[in-house]
Amino acid sequence: MGEGGVARGGPDDRGAAGRRVADGVRAYRMIAAMWIRSTMAYRVSFALTTFGNFAATALDFVAILLMFSRVDALGGYALPEVAFLYGLSSVSFGLADLAIGSMDRLGRRLRDGSLDTLLVRPAPVLAQVAADRFALRRLGRVTQGALVLAYALWTVDIDWTVPKLLLMPVVLVSGAGIFGAVFVAGAAFQFVAQDASEAQNAFTYGGTTLLQYPPTIFGKELVRGVTFVLPLAFVNWLPAAYLLDRPYPLGLPGWLAFTPPLVAVACGAGAGLAWRAGLRTYRSTGS
Amino acid sequence: MGAGRLYAAVAAGGFRRYATYRAATAAGVFANTVFGLILVHAYLALWDERPQLGGYEQAQAVTYVWLGQALLAAAAIGGGGFEDELMERIRTGDVAIDLYRPADLQLWWLAADLGRAAFQLLGRGVVPFACGALLFDVELPSRPGVWAAFLVAVVLGLVVSFGIRYLVALSAFWLLDGTGVVQMAWLAGFFCSGMLLPLNVFPGGLGEAVRALPWSSLLQGPADVLLGKADALPTFAFQAAWAVALLAAGRLVQSAATRRVVVQGG
Repeated sequence: MGEGGVARGGPDDRGAAGRRVADGVRAYRMIAAMWIRSTMAYRVSFALTTFGNFAATALDFVAILLMFSRVDALGGYALPEVAFLYGLSSVSFGLADLAIGSMDRLGRRLRDGSLDTLLVRPAPVLAQVAADRFALRRLGRVTQGALVLAYALWTVDIDWTVPKLLLMPVVLVSGAGIFGAVFVAGAAFQFVAQDASEAQNAFTYGGTTLLQYPPTIFGKELVRGVTFVLPLAFVNWLPAAYLLDRPYPLGLPGWLAFTPPLVAVACGAGAGLAWRAGLRTYRSTGS
Repeated sequence: MGAGRLYAAVAAGGFRRYATYRAATAAGVFANTVFGLILVHAYLALWDERPQLGGYEQAQAVTYVWLGQALLAAAAIGGGGFEDELMERIRTGDVAIDLYRPADLQLWWLAADLGRAAFQLLGRGVVPFACGALLFDVELPSRPGVWAAFLVAVVLGLVVSFGIRYLVALSAFWLLDGTGVVQMAWLAGFFCSGMLLPLNVFPGGLGEAVRALPWSSLLQGPADVLLGKADALPTFAFQAAWAVALLAAGRLVQSAATRRVVVQGG
């Protein structure tokens, strides 16, 4: 999607676009593989940081467990159901974080001028930024989310049907796509506000924290915001309402539970446009 | 007298240094406000189920959330204090230069960190707290004496926080890579300071244990003074005892570590 710094005009036929995507994927794979090799040089350090990543994210769930040590339900949801929401959100977010979580380093690259190095390389900039410092230790977060999801599936009372079973993997992948779009849009925003990576955290880490709780505990305005403006509700709240046979937030129609893939594609397209616009505004610091 | 002026200047430098990151501060305020918003709703649901949980009224629980967001950066509960820099100086050997300075290493960094904390309190603490107070029912004391006591408890908490992180930073003298220690300290701090959930909501023995640890000075202590749940003087005494113990431990470790520097030849 990023097109190597120089904004080229001219015809944009499908063949060229397809080639750029293929180039991007290849560049991403090569850079990510390089970072994996480099982290694997220090295996103990890798094991420790992966465990640290696991433990840090587990704290959120410990907080929820502590809450449930004092109450039986939160917003009408029992622990297995909250764990289900938590697991869906954490796995989706963890996958997006693993794939392109280093994008918040873009601000630093803008400040110290090292983005210029990426611009002159013959590979799409977005792929290079996304694979920058690819951190396999982030599997710790995915693992933690997957364990909570497994616990939830074990304990939660779901009346499994074929559509429900088929929906599960779709929801996880679409959720990762939606969060991925948020990461890309956040990085695009850093072209404007270079020092503001924490604002991005509010939407990424904040988003996943929000989705770990049932929609019933939040105000209507907030739920509307994360449904229609920043469509995080499609990561887990809406599909989970269908899977758990719960009333839909805001009384939305039932078929919306099946729309996360569409929402993910739309978010990805929007984030891609934002990224392009951001990259066009880039002026090197000259350092 | 001269020494006092020196450390005041170091503290002012710490304050000014963080004041230059305006966009980062604005982004931090935004992030703190968003997280506060999420947490408030979770707490409201919790206190709906169990009114008076942990001895707090609902409005007090909401106030607690915003106090946490206001103190998070100042007390460096989520990291981001001086320790990364000191560890880097230890790793590269630059700390040898610091030891030649006619100033005390521990007091130097304490002054710089207090300057940083003062800026974070004003720059990143006040706005999220004000947003929270405007949007939700909070319970704030009207007597100025309580606010003064709260501020004293905050400052003591900042010193305790420094004492912990100074020990963490000094571990770099022995460990090649301090990332793991920093991460563990960060996790312990988050869990034991009451940032996740007020410590008086923790069940049974776990609650008693975390309340006795130094981290309870960072958030739980000041919050309870402000909310009128704890008397000021015993809280100060608890915090001061931990501050003295941690600073003394820091001194001991520092002298052991600096002997090591001489052995290594810097």
